[in-house]
Amino acid sequence: MHQPTTDPRPSIYYSYKVFQPWLPSANPAQQKQPVVIAGSGPAGMVTALELARHGVASVVLTPELQFSQGSRAICFTRRSMEILQQVGVADRMTEGGLPWRFGNSFYRGQRVFRMEAPHDADDRFFPIINVQQQFMEEYLFDACAASPLIDFRWGNKVTQVTQKNGFAEVQVDTPEGEYTLQADWLVAADGGRSPIRTALDLKLEGASYEGFFVIADIKIDLPLPTERLAYFDPEWNPGNTILMHREPHGIWRVDYQLPEGETPEEALQPESMKTRINAQLKMIGHEGTPWQMDWSSVYSARTLTLPDYVHGNVIFTGDAAHLLPIFGVRGANTAFQDAQSLGWHLAFLLKGLAGPKLLANHSTERVGAAREIIDEAGKSTRFMAPPSRGFRLLRDAVLSLSLSQAFVRPLYHWRTSRPHEYAGSMLNSAGDDNALFRAGPAHGAPPQNIRLSADDFLLDHLGGAFDLLYFTEAAAIPEPLQAVVAATRQRGIPLRVVAVGAAHPVTGADLTLADADGHFRHRYGVQASGAGYLLRPDQHVCARWLTLDANRLQAALNTALPQ
Amino acid sequence: MTATHKALSLPGLETAYDALATAIDEVGAGKTELFLVKLALLNANALGDPEQFQQHLQAALKDL
Ligand SMILES: Cc1cc2nc3c(=O)[nH]c(=O)nc-3n(C[C@H](O)[C@H](O)[C@H](O)COP(=O)(O)OP(=O)(O)OC[C@H]3O[C@@H](n4cnc5c(N)ncnc54)[C@H](O)[C@@H]3O)c2cc1C
Repeated sequence: MHQPTTDPRPSIYYSYKVFQPWLPSANPAQQKQPVVIAGSGPAGMVTALELARHGVASVVLTPELQFSQGSRAICFTRRSMEILQQVGVADRMTEGGLPWRFGNSFYRGQRVFRMEAPHDADDRFFPIINVQQQFMEEYLFDACAASPLIDFRWGNKVTQVTQKNGFAEVQVDTPEGEYTLQADWLVAADGGRSPIRTALDLKLEGASYEGFFVIADIKIDLPLPTERLAYFDPEWNPGNTILMHREPHGIWRVDYQLPEGETPEEALQPESMKTRINAQLKMIGHEGTPWQMDWSSVYSARTLTLPDYVHGNVIFTGDAAHLLPIFGVRGANTAFQDAQSLGWHLAFLLKGLAGPKLLANHSTERVGAAREIIDEAGKSTRFMAPPSRGFRLLRDAVLSLSLSQAFVRPLYHWRTSRPHEYAGSMLNSAGDDNALFRAGPAHGAPPQNIRLSADDFLLDHLGGAFDLLYFTEAAAIPEPLQAVVAATRQRGIPLRVVAVGAAHPVTGADLTLADADGHFRHRYGVQASGAGYLLRPDQHVCARWLTLDANRLQAALNTALPQ
Repeated sequence: MTATHKALSLPGLETAYDALATAIDEVGAGKTELFLVKLALLNANALGDPEQFQQHLQAALKDL
């Protein structure tokens, strides 16, 4: 019998609420579900919320009765905020979060590299915002609880998975015993240790790095701005790296690499941690400032992925699908992109709007994204925690050169998580004008946000359906295009038309954006009326035209929804 | 590897030879590797030619 703890987790800054378990005896007999999601981390909850947005119901199973322990993910990227905006929690993230855009690398007391993340007047969100994971999970949970399509079950642990003919069957253990649940699709969002991945005997591909890092969240009052701080080879920890981040509620995260040969158990001894954190505070000129430990753990960097995320009727997502180093803030930020992608691909398949190829495309696209991240994060990891003598020697040479030679300093760049561009996606239109554009988001890219007025941005209006941006000054969308739009909607495919460039509402458009100064057109590389962009329900561009006609719109929609 | 017009003259090569040996002696055993790697990176950057750098790597790896 599964007995999750009912003691609230300890925390200096977060009051854990303990939820009531969902019990089979208090609910009617279980029918087959379209989607069961195992896990209520960022990947599981965003998948549930995205599915609900497309009208698909899901059951979310989670073994615990409270949100995750320790702050875990703290840095959320602009793209993550754009995704969280889609599921309705961006405002709450913004309210409590600490936005920032500068990163600093120090060596021998000198700042050798300062990264400045671009922040454009057209962006609603900062490049990065710091929010502790429990808060983010709370916001997502509140959104799930408000949705009639999401059946959230605390205290429900998946113990067994069986692939049946065309569906999956899971055994679920609860505080009053087991029950069986059948699902057309089981989404395994059960985290890095993924019991489901283990049960199906699936192997991750890639590399694990040996260097260990301690993560410590401490309560301390430091008069420093919210910026990323990285210290290389400091005197108190020779050869190793330390990272510091400000978090909301007076918390700081200190990440430090362990000397070779030291075990995680040794490192987590309170005395050892105290000595090291004090040494770090001394180095940055804040010796003696009182602090209190909130949470600590040890991790090592791994760059691993499943080569395919769809196995029979089980789909892997988030950490269950891949393990990425947190350098460059990959874990949760990638999980959001996975979930956003999975939500619409699975919903459209379930609603019969496309065939199984669409789900295969989800897997191909996200495995491609994971491999790109692994490639990039591998570079950061090899710099932060060199895995061999050769890499250490090169890193040390770069540190030493960086004091006087500018050309090596960009090697400090820590390659922040960014959205993958699905440039080679099978959903991209072959017969469009993508190659002829000189500006604007290309095939597979997420859209460039546009500031429309003080508190009004393009992305506030896009997503959840196919969006056609049609650039026109005319009074109406051309009849033939309107006919394709109407026929598409008739088939149940959600498609919205946004007219850009006319002063008055355009007939046939759901929304008209004036663009009096031509700024929008300029950013999208549009020189004349009649151009268009087609965005998928996850907002990524799948077609763009300098001159759009009905045939080409139809062709693009056919390509984007393979049967 | 074929010499290009940028190759050192014999006196130039001799000067580099002496300078490198003297610097290695100056640096001492503990820091020799670090010094040489720094030098290699500076030279790679000045070369500005990743392919030629690869060729140099291969040449240096031979007959060790
Ligand atoms: C100490 C630490 C620090 C981190 N710092 C950062 C950071 O700064 N930035 C960043 O981007 N990422 C960071 N991460 C990574 C980030 O937390 C994860 O990448 C992210 O939580 C992954 O989300 P997920 O939904 O895939 O998995 P998880 O958040 O791990 O969620 C897994 C879910 O599955 C549930 N589950 C487990 N077993 C079962 C079962 N048998 N049945 C049903 N459900 C089950 C769990 O209870 C949980 O709800 C950190 C992680 C750790 C551990």
